[in-house]
Amino acid sequence: MLEIKDLHVSVGDHEILRGVDLKVGRGEVHAIMGPNGSGKSTLAQVLAGRDVYTVTSGEVIFEGKDLLVMAPEDRAREGIFLAFQYPVEIPGVSNLYFLRSALNTIRKARGLEEIDAMDFLKLARDKMKLLDMDENLMQRPVNEGFSGGEKKRNEIFQMAILEPRLAILDETDSGLDIDALKIVANGVNALRSPERAIVVVTHYQRLLNYIVPDVVHVLYDGRIVRSGDKRLALELEEKGYGWLEDDRQLSAAGR
Amino acid sequence: MTAVKGQQDQYFAHFAALEERLSGTEPEWLRAVRKSAIERFGDLGFPTTRDEEWRFTSVAPIARRAFRPPPERVSPADARFGQSERADFAHCTLLVFVNGRYVEELASPNGLPAGVRVRSLRAALASEPETLEPHLARYVPFERNAFAALNTALMEDGAFVEVGKDVALERPIYLLFLAAPLPGKSAPAAYHPRNLIVVGRGSQATVVEHYLSAGGAGYFTNAVTEAVVGDNARLDYTKVQQESGDAYHIATVQVHQARFSSVTTRVVALGGVLNREDTCTVLDGEGAESLLQGLYVIHGRQHVDNHTTIDHAQPHCSSRELYKGVLDGASNGVFNGKIIVRRGAQKTDSKQSNKNLLLSESAVINTKPQLEIYADDVKCTHGATIGQMDPEAVFYLRSRGIGLEEARAMLIEAFANDILDRIPLAPLRTRLQRALTDKLAAKGQPAGTGASPAGERVSVLVEEA
Ligand SMILES: Nc1ncnc2c1ncn2[C@@H]1O[C@H](COP(=O)(O)OP(=O)(O)O)[C@@H](O)[C@H]1O
Ligand SMILES: [Mg+2]
Repeated sequence: MLEIKDLHVSVGDHEILRGVDLKVGRGEVHAIMGPNGSGKSTLAQVLAGRDVYTVTSGEVIFEGKDLLVMAPEDRAREGIFLAFQYPVEIPGVSNLYFLRSALNTIRKARGLEEIDAMDFLKLARDKMKLLDMDENLMQRPVNEGFSGGEKKRNEIFQMAILEPRLAILDETDSGLDIDALKIVANGVNALRSPERAIVVVTHYQRLLNYIVPDVVHVLYDGRIVRSGDKRLALELEEKGYGWLEDDRQLSAAGR
Repeated sequence: MTAVKGQQDQYFAHFAALEERLSGTEPEWLRAVRKSAIERFGDLGFPTTRDEEWRFTSVAPIARRAFRPPPERVSPADARFGQSERADFAHCTLLVFVNGRYVEELASPNGLPAGVRVRSLRAALASEPETLEPHLARYVPFERNAFAALNTALMEDGAFVEVGKDVALERPIYLLFLAAPLPGKSAPAAYHPRNLIVVGRGSQATVVEHYLSAGGAGYFTNAVTEAVVGDNARLDYTKVQQESGDAYHIATVQVHQARFSSVTTRVVALGGVLNREDTCTVLDGEGAESLLQGLYVIHGRQHVDNHTTIDHAQPHCSSRELYKGVLDGASNGVFNGKIIVRRGAQKTDSKQSNKNLLLSESAVINTKPQLEIYADDVKCTHGATIGQMDPEAVFYLRSRGIGLEEARAMLIEAFANDILDRIPLAPLRTRLQRALTDKLAAKGQPAGTGASPAGERVSVLVEEA
């Protein structure tokens, strides 16, 4: 479904991703872990099409298409969804209006009929229930004045409505208490299907107890330095990221 | 002030003709007012950019141009205007003015409660000028304002809204000023609409004054509105300027507030090539409160200058001011917000804010607060922002599948809706929101087409009798 080959990304002169390779198949859940500043968000944002980042070399193929040439909206219409680490506040635009416009452009791109206001409201109510969200949030401007937890839920709520093929969740767990975490994980798991893939970016292993990954990768200093199954997450938790540092020096010395 | 002589003489000719036409019909006080006004206009001349109040706005294009006086009569040969507008505004008391004249056939001044009268100024002047005498030209400082002086000298028509005491007027009063094409090849006209709104003690009223092009081109609207609001009275006043893309629009709104009165003044500017709005409120009674809101959305070579004055003349008054601007193309905006706190106006509480969204590199905004505070126990804050569209917000919307243009439009509308959402007339709100969307979509459209503003379908044919 998704194939990233030797991806290099910079901001100005600063190279952030230094050759990332990653393959995600349909139906799979991948976790990307790594310390702060290792480039996880950069990778997530580049996949969504954020233009402050320059791809200096490498390829990203999504469902057989070159993702890097597409505008962000086209990527979304192709089925890519990014749950932002820091969701943006948009004063004056109601959540409901925004999300219905989004859903309808995506449906149009997929050759489906537009959904009317009544049906949309019903759909939104169902998904809000799933995420145990306050209905008032729908009438409010997008993310404006939302608490940290409300913002994260709102991201997952949007994902539930838009039903992407590839969902990338960037630190969706940060700032959530354990109950909220379970609810969010539930929402994500509800989307799991053989047709979809999910990439969970996280810093802690905690979320992975609820969204159990097929593959875990460790991104360190702009490269994926390790991949393994879910036990890798536990190992990281136990030994800390410092362990990678030693490990990497070892492997560098042995080369 | 240095006068631009330019085409000033033509207005003296207009005045002479008007004086002759009106001779013997107007009361002495009014003749005296007109006379001093035209003299004042003669002394002041058109302002130039050497005048501090006009530093960023050159009215040379107006001063240089030849304008004819308004046609003496208009008759709506084809009142196609009306279908959708009438339906939309059926719940209002509607007065329609075409090319400066009240057109009775297009109006529906019906259903007013006792104590409320809404008439054309011309009718009131003809039949009961004494009802106007206490207020007309008593508030607007025409001795310092050449355009207000010109209007006062040449005013012929407009609306006279009288709300007596203790009436809560539920129907909004909607005053529509249409500029239709003139017949033949005559020069464009200069119009001097004049409105007077009197809201008596303890009453409530909503008034909308809407200038709208109906195909007229290159004309000059020079409007003045005075509003007098009594003790404990409330007024919600909205002025909308949607003149043709090549029209000139200069306006003064002067509001006078008594004790514990509450007034909202909203000024929306979308059209015209050169637009100056002087919006002044005098808080002349304890406990009065005033809310000033403004929105300007301009592109191409449009120039809009908002000069506001809030004059805290008495203690314990509050004012809130928010002006927002969206500027695209090579458009030019000016905001000058003056707050005066007079000696003795203690416990004044005043907040001012001007926010601008620049959509292009060549758009320019000059924004300046101007505080003149002569009391010591006051709270006055002000702030101005000038910013571009937030790229993170644009990206966020796009990442959800919304296209670039639509994302930008959504953010601009959201910015403007802060002001538009508060317009008390739903159909007007909807129309303006649509006009805004269409305007943004047609952003490259050059000024000078004389077309009706986008989103409005108004058609009035006018014959000169
Ligand atoms: N827009 C940007 N401009 C400049 N530097 C950036 C930008 N985004 C990220 N970086 C830098 O790139 C590195 C990786 O950041 P990020 O991808 O946010 O890491 P993570 O999500 O793993 O914490 C950091 O050193 C960060 O400061
Ligand atoms: Mg991050």
